[in-house]
Amino acid sequence: MSEEKKSTPNPQGPEESDPKSKQAGGYTRRSFLGHLGAAGLAATAAPVLQAHASQTATAVEDAPKAAAAGTIAVTLKINGKRHQLQLEPRVTLLDCLRERVDLTGTKKGCDHGQCGACTVHINGRRVNSCLTLAVMHQGDDITTIEGIGQPGNLHPMQAAFVEHDGYQCGACTSGQIMSAVALLKEPCGPTDADVKQAMYGNICRCGAYPNIVAAVQQVRKQKS
Amino acid sequence: MQNFQFTTATKVSDAVKTAALSQTAQQDADVRFIAGGTTLLDLMKLDVEVPRQVVDINRLPLDQVEPVSGGGLKIGALARNSDVAEHATVKRDYAVLSQALLSGASPQLRNMATTAGNLLQRTRCAYFRDTAYPCNKRKPGTGCAAIGGYNRMLAILGTSEHCIATNPSDQNVALTALEATIHIEGAKGERAVPIQEFYLLPGNTPQRENVLEPGDLITYITLPALPSNTRSYYVKLRDRAAYEFALASAAVVITQQDGRISRARVALGGVGTKPWRPVAAEKMLEGHAPSEELFRKAAREALKGARPASENGFKVELSQRCLVRTLKLATQTA
Repeated sequence: MSEEKKSTPNPQGPEESDPKSKQAGGYTRRSFLGHLGAAGLAATAAPVLQAHASQTATAVEDAPKAAAAGTIAVTLKINGKRHQLQLEPRVTLLDCLRERVDLTGTKKGCDHGQCGACTVHINGRRVNSCLTLAVMHQGDDITTIEGIGQPGNLHPMQAAFVEHDGYQCGACTSGQIMSAVALLKEPCGPTDADVKQAMYGNICRCGAYPNIVAAVQQVRKQKS
Repeated sequence: MQNFQFTTATKVSDAVKTAALSQTAQQDADVRFIAGGTTLLDLMKLDVEVPRQVVDINRLPLDQVEPVSGGGLKIGALARNSDVAEHATVKRDYAVLSQALLSGASPQLRNMATTAGNLLQRTRCAYFRDTAYPCNKRKPGTGCAAIGGYNRMLAILGTSEHCIATNPSDQNVALTALEATIHIEGAKGERAVPIQEFYLLPGNTPQRENVLEPGDLITYITLPALPSNTRSYYVKLRDRAAYEFALASAAVVITQQDGRISRARVALGGVGTKPWRPVAAEKMLEGHAPSEELFRKAAREALKGARPASENGFKVELSQRCLVRTLKLATQTA
């Protein structure tokens, strides 16, 4: 701990320091939480250990040296940009986006298609990225929350979520927004009840639903 | 998830040839086709399915929905559930199928899940999905943890002393009432299997769920043309209004002539180890004017063989009420 403090001028600790000093200390908020999570869970859950081990192996394969045995070369088009990757077949699109392409806006909730946090668009349609393999999507147009809009240039749906406070913790928010943007092109009736029906594949544990419905309805009214 | 060999099929014959090398096309198949992936990857993450090889069939030209010459509809194996549900012909002529599809899963999952994948959807029995428990379907001969365990969601019809797992699909209940035919290309050529003969009862071999053999690939299904004056309807009852599997559901396809039911097809969901077709109840309806009394009599007949487990006795009554309500909705005049 003392070494970290030396390399971290901010007295509030590594999590509050600026990005450059985080890197200087070899320590980021993400890596810190990642190690904490793995260590904490290791005591009770063998599958988590296995998953962690496989992630480490994947990271090694990512090095430009040589393609490791059992991996497949795939080019994915994500937010209009091509990414050449060498992937194990078992890597889900979700894990590929977060762990390999560093697009961490897409969130992992249940990892079993039950919560919607991982929603992305493939060829314009919303899907659960946790239940599809990255290697199945060569040639597809993949869009994540990062491709919908950015700070300073928000998509109307992102702006409406901000305006209507359509979130609390934010874990479901990118999935909610990706669903809501896809919904604009889907058959859906005009009422709040219709919107709730069309959005039920996205669970919000904080219960921000009324504000989410208000945000979606505002954008739909702007569009019509 | 365990790793596996991954290949992409560009021809149906290649997919069949690769899968024919599998020991089985049932539980524990060492070669699996992947289409939407919504069931297979879910189960692979749980180590319930551990295939050695996965064949991506999404590039095969099997996603069309088109009329059959001479009447009826052909639905490609890879047609997505959302596309079938919103297809104009399906909504007009086979409303029960559209309603059933839209009552299942979520919009995202329906964009992924395919017609054939839904036919092969696996049970949601918690003990099947958890490798820490015995399960005759997952590991034959280990026993059934559900019979003495949490079985509120599980089947009351078609069960055996070895398995009481429910078929969870909504689509398949509608397809059963519509008398769909499943077209299969296999190692020995093509064949067509009526949906009524496609699913197997668990009996002594709950790991065998259908008639598929190694190499078999479902390529499309067909729905027969329905007589004029036919209406169809799907009602699904569940613990919450959305995103939940059925406790009880009913699909009915009813033709009326001169104030009487001339043709009745009925299927029940949420209660059977396979989509349940109570043929004797259909016969009871045919030839009679629709009435609540008639519907109750037919519903009693449909559930006559029910054998509830410790926690799901309520389904006997619930399923009957569900069927009566569905028959009313399908026969009421505006």
